[in-house]
Amino acid sequence: MKIRKKIQLIDQHDKFGIWGKKFGGNFVPETLKKPIKDLENLFSKLRNNKNFIGERDKYFKSWIGSPTRFIKLENLSNHLKGAEIWSKVVSDANGGAHKIYNATVHCLLAKKAGKKFIVGDTGAGYAGKMLSMAAKKFGLKCKIFMGAKDIQRQQPNVKSMKKNGAEVIPVYTGSQTLVDAVSECMRYWVANCDTTAMCVGSTVGPNIFVKICGWSTSQISRELKVQIKDEFGKIPKKLKLYNCVGGGSSSYGFWSEFIDYPKNQVELIGIEAGGPKNSKRHAAPLTYGSKIGILHGASQYVNQNNDGQIEETESISAGLDYPGVSPLHCFLKDTKRARYTAASDEDALSAYKLVTKFENLRPSLEPCHAFSVAIRESRKLSKNTIVVVNSCGDAHKDKNILKVRLGKKYAEFD
Amino acid sequence: MQNSISQAFKRAKQKKRPALLTYTVAGDNSKKTSIEILNSLSKIVDICELGFPHNTPIADGGQIQTSAYRAIKNGIKINDVFEIVKKFKKNKFSTPLILMGYYNMIYQFGENNFLIKCKNSGVDGIIVVDLPWPENKLFAKKCKKKNICFVQLISPTTSNSRAKKIIKDSHDMIYYISMLSTTGGKLKVSPKNIIKNYQKIKKINPRKNYIIGFGITKKTIGKLKSADGLVVGSAICEEITKSIKKGQNPVTNVSQNVIKLKKLIS
Repeated sequence: MKIRKKIQLIDQHDKFGIWGKKFGGNFVPETLKKPIKDLENLFSKLRNNKNFIGERDKYFKSWIGSPTRFIKLENLSNHLKGAEIWSKVVSDANGGAHKIYNATVHCLLAKKAGKKFIVGDTGAGYAGKMLSMAAKKFGLKCKIFMGAKDIQRQQPNVKSMKKNGAEVIPVYTGSQTLVDAVSECMRYWVANCDTTAMCVGSTVGPNIFVKICGWSTSQISRELKVQIKDEFGKIPKKLKLYNCVGGGSSSYGFWSEFIDYPKNQVELIGIEAGGPKNSKRHAAPLTYGSKIGILHGASQYVNQNNDGQIEETESISAGLDYPGVSPLHCFLKDTKRARYTAASDEDALSAYKLVTKFENLRPSLEPCHAFSVAIRESRKLSKNTIVVVNSCGDAHKDKNILKVRLGKKYAEFD
Repeated sequence: MQNSISQAFKRAKQKKRPALLTYTVAGDNSKKTSIEILNSLSKIVDICELGFPHNTPIADGGQIQTSAYRAIKNGIKINDVFEIVKKFKKNKFSTPLILMGYYNMIYQFGENNFLIKCKNSGVDGIIVVDLPWPENKLFAKKCKKKNICFVQLISPTTSNSRAKKIIKDSHDMIYYISMLSTTGGKLKVSPKNIIKNYQKIKKINPRKNYIIGFGITKKTIGKLKSADGLVVGSAICEEITKSIKKGQNPVTNVSQNVIKLKKLIS
């Protein structure tokens, strides 16, 4: 298993849509074969079309607000006395998280395909919120499937979705979280694929959804590469890119332009959700050696029992609370290009406290997982090491959790 | 040697009616009830489909999901499913049995081990919901070697040229999905149109047996009887759920219902 250079990772699959002979594919009911093929054809035509790229870039710039900031966390760096810590503030993007890139591209594609409806899944509510925003922008009717448990814990995003005119459909099956929302959304698409487009909220699902999402979030690393070169004159000799990994869309987008660099120059570190400290449950299939299985149309490392039943996960961050992980990350792990580790709920909360104490930045609980590991490792790193953490979401959606877990003063938002 | 499934279709044809197939979930709502349901159904229907339950089904509607979750909650494991099959097949009046489920369960068991277990317990056919053509080519070949019928699926979204290729690689039986829906959805296409589409597929190779499934109930089954076979699943799972709620015996309730269904196509 080897990564090829100069070819985007999203394109390094075989004719069955499988990366590294093991991950991804199209394990879908026959009914979905045609809509998937149609989407593949449309995407492969448009991704190289100058007008389409122009349109995408126009919306990315004028509507999403690209580029998002790349800032030095000076106080935090001084406090830790190790590596120089920077952050790519992707939460600057319209809506407050990276999910807007994928949502925008899916809506553009849906318009080109002549669809009038779009459906999507959501965990933290960001994918849903962004899809509802983009759908409104492009005049599409929108339904969002969301686990009942997530609806309860991510109310601010639920409100935004409704405000944008989307119908939020609670999912009561299974663990009532993201995994069930994705299943329900796929089932809805099976029944309505003739009129409706589907947006999968991360780099998961059947092959084409992994590709479209990765292609969309890659905007993050295209910007970052330019910003790093502007700041340092070149790609630094020691660069470390920390990103949380749930489905894996922000991390893939954060890394994609840097995969070809040698790993002793640019190290990629993915941080999964380890769950509550004393719980056996987690959402970290890469870190804790889960077996390969099939979930939502793709083979991947996934938390499951011996029989192949998908196991329930547990994490404070709804956005990382998913038993599987993108085939792209499975590929990056097995080729050893990226390193994966986990942070617990408590680790993420401590990181939130520390980051907000020193910096004018409030990362949501998802990127706090990445901050936690970046903070821990930075202490021991040399001063000439550049650490960049993707702050891919804003904590506004987490204010209720922060209030309960850390107290009122951590949940005061304007 | 002809597969037992083909023989079942032949027998139904001699009686001038479509073959009747039922779908139940293994272990719903217990191992014992599950076997009793199969035993009583085998006296009425031509082929029994038995689902091995999975907890992230991407093509099943509410009724079958409920049955599957109930079975999993009761602790049903894949080895229990094979045990149910084995016990059922010991009954000499047993019908052919088709296992139906999602690929991850087979993948975790190992394709080869899974097929050995199938053969040893007496499975006659397999349907894998999320292993479409051409991804299923290799597994279908392995099934054929063991004289197990691998059932290909065709849907209203399948193009004619694709259907031709699928049918060419298919065994004795093909499953035609009536409409764009998960299992148990309300029939949103008229039976007349379903039959029209069905005939187009059937024409590609009339020698094979084609069944229609998804959304078939008492109301619609009579209008679809020109098919080679008809499968009812969600309506039965719903009956089991109702019986449990009312504290009644699911075995007798299910049988009575299936007898009514059969009358409508005889």
